[in-house]
Amino acid sequence: MEKFVTHTGTGLPLRRSNVDTDQIIPAEYLKRITRHGFEDALFKAWREDPSFVLNKPEYKKATILVAGPEFGTGSSREHAVWALMDYGFKVVLSSRYADIFRGNSGKAGLVTAEVPQDVIEKIWAMIEKDPNTQITVDLDKRQVKAGDLLADFQIDDYVRWRLMEGLDDIGLTLRHESKITEFEKSRPSYKPVTL
Amino acid sequence: MGKTLAEKVWDAHIVHQASGEPDLLFIDLHLVHEVTSPQAFDGLRAANRKVRRPDLTLLTEDHNVPTQDIDKPIADLVSRAQVDALRNNAKEFGLKIFSLGDIDQGIVHVVGPQLGLTQPGMTVVCGDSHTSTHGAFGALAFGIGTSEVEHVLATQTLPLKPFKTMAITVNGKLPQGSTAKDIILAVIAKISTGGGQGYVLEYRGEAIRALSMEGRMTICNMSIEAGARAGMIAPDETTFEYMKGREYAPKGKDWDDAVSYWKTLKTDDDAKFDAEVIIDANSLTPFVTWGTNPGQGVSIDDVVPDPNSFTDPTEKTAAERALVYMDLKAGTKMRDIKVDTVFLGSCTNGRIEDLRAAAAILKGQKVASSVRMMVVPGSAKVAIQAEHEGLPAIFKAAGADWRSAGCSMCLGMNPDKLKPGERAASTSNRNFEGRQGPGGRTHLVSPLVAAATAITGHLSTPDEIK
Repeated sequence: MEKFVTHTGTGLPLRRSNVDTDQIIPAEYLKRITRHGFEDALFKAWREDPSFVLNKPEYKKATILVAGPEFGTGSSREHAVWALMDYGFKVVLSSRYADIFRGNSGKAGLVTAEVPQDVIEKIWAMIEKDPNTQITVDLDKRQVKAGDLLADFQIDDYVRWRLMEGLDDIGLTLRHESKITEFEKSRPSYKPVTL
Repeated sequence: MGKTLAEKVWDAHIVHQASGEPDLLFIDLHLVHEVTSPQAFDGLRAANRKVRRPDLTLLTEDHNVPTQDIDKPIADLVSRAQVDALRNNAKEFGLKIFSLGDIDQGIVHVVGPQLGLTQPGMTVVCGDSHTSTHGAFGALAFGIGTSEVEHVLATQTLPLKPFKTMAITVNGKLPQGSTAKDIILAVIAKISTGGGQGYVLEYRGEAIRALSMEGRMTICNMSIEAGARAGMIAPDETTFEYMKGREYAPKGKDWDDAVSYWKTLKTDDDAKFDAEVIIDANSLTPFVTWGTNPGQGVSIDDVVPDPNSFTDPTEKTAAERALVYMDLKAGTKMRDIKVDTVFLGSCTNGRIEDLRAAAAILKGQKVASSVRMMVVPGSAKVAIQAEHEGLPAIFKAAGADWRSAGCSMCLGMNPDKLKPGERAASTSNRNFEGRQGPGGRTHLVSPLVAAATAITGHLSTPDEIK
């Protein structure tokens, strides 16, 4: 995984709450067996509407998605994270994320920075006024800076460390392989096996 | 201080614990399906890793399989390629798979419990958010993403940050005509789609104890719709009775040992929950959704709410958007809403008890001429049991379409879909925009309301049927 320390880019205002992963990428596009190439499916249904924010040329180069509360609810599909990343997003800002989506983001390398809703409202107003507003997300300092606004954001300590180091989760776990083996020996015989 | 049920199961699976790190938990059962696994197997291949515990892994085909002509190759070539990938991965990594046409094939969350693979006190994961279903047995069960699927395949563990616990106490007795589905829709309407975030929900109280295992699975299944990754119900005699004699349930001395352990799996009297919600079952009427998230639900006797009635600006905007998408006007009686399609099935309500309940209402009745009704058993075994009981004949005589097992119209990634603008009463779990097909509109309902609605053509309860 690529290391993430800080990122500066422009933001895309998604003024919607409860954006579920079926909206981020509809099920039809989950039939693919690759891990990349999902950018065309991102917000597929909403993109049919020419006035949808993703279709506006002034936000074409945005790398920071500024979203409403309860972002990423519903299905566990990691494809939602891949579609956002394939499209070019490096960071999502929201006041509340669904647990599985946030977990998937941390594993795949998408930063989900949690800020209060009033910060989201301020950034929305700022980037709607000037789409070229530069936003900096500093994972080291856990701060987001947009124009003259400077706000702290929340992110899980361990996830932050892993993202900053670009570490592979499986590799980290396998450092404890002897403990896994030890645990397996204590598994009671009444627990089922499939083979 | 005592422990909650969730904490007991969590603690029994800790492989490694260190300050500043997530706990590393052992996973007892890993269920896998075709949609969220191909990239995980690719990851294993790329890193030259094996599946650590093939004997704790089970594969089934459910999400994009057709529910008709299952003896023929899958017509959709992209779907076929994905199912083939699962079959090839099963072969390459030496894993058990239930393929289309096998007697044990079906929706992953129906298959695990019916085989007796899901047992109290286990940790169960699957690359599917409705894995919470298995919590009905007192298992800690939750959905994971593809990276985590790869992690479990490689290590049989997951690094996890401890959850908080929330008690959902449902007191009293459910009135005639109200079901487990109505309890959970009422819970979600009360705590909203984000209310459960970061929590494991434990459902307790008289109304929960009175439920069958099928009803308990319906409730735990939709825990994710309240934002909780997992829901649990402490095992009791109902659980043990259900487990006994199932193919993978313990036998002989193992059974006795297991039951004595299972009996310890309840929240201690002096344990503390981080939050508690209380619901009164006595006055619970059937619930139906009007909007585009599962929290947007009301009693079927109610009306479509006015967006201006929401004080929270975000909820108000969401309601406005939802009414436009759903093509509904505030103030319309829920019972006056006409539907084009009725879908009975899914991991929420595709079990034998759900089919029985709907068949009892449809017996000797006709599905309204304006309505198509699709009945999809949750697994091939559910279909066979239904055949034994003569249920398909009742559905067919009523004019409903009887299908083979699968996720079907719950998620719009197989041939069973709503057309744009079509409106459905659906026993599934999500009423998101386009969930059942692009442009489709979904009202979530119980199997009883689904059956009654199929007959009248508008959202109805069984007492309207003569």
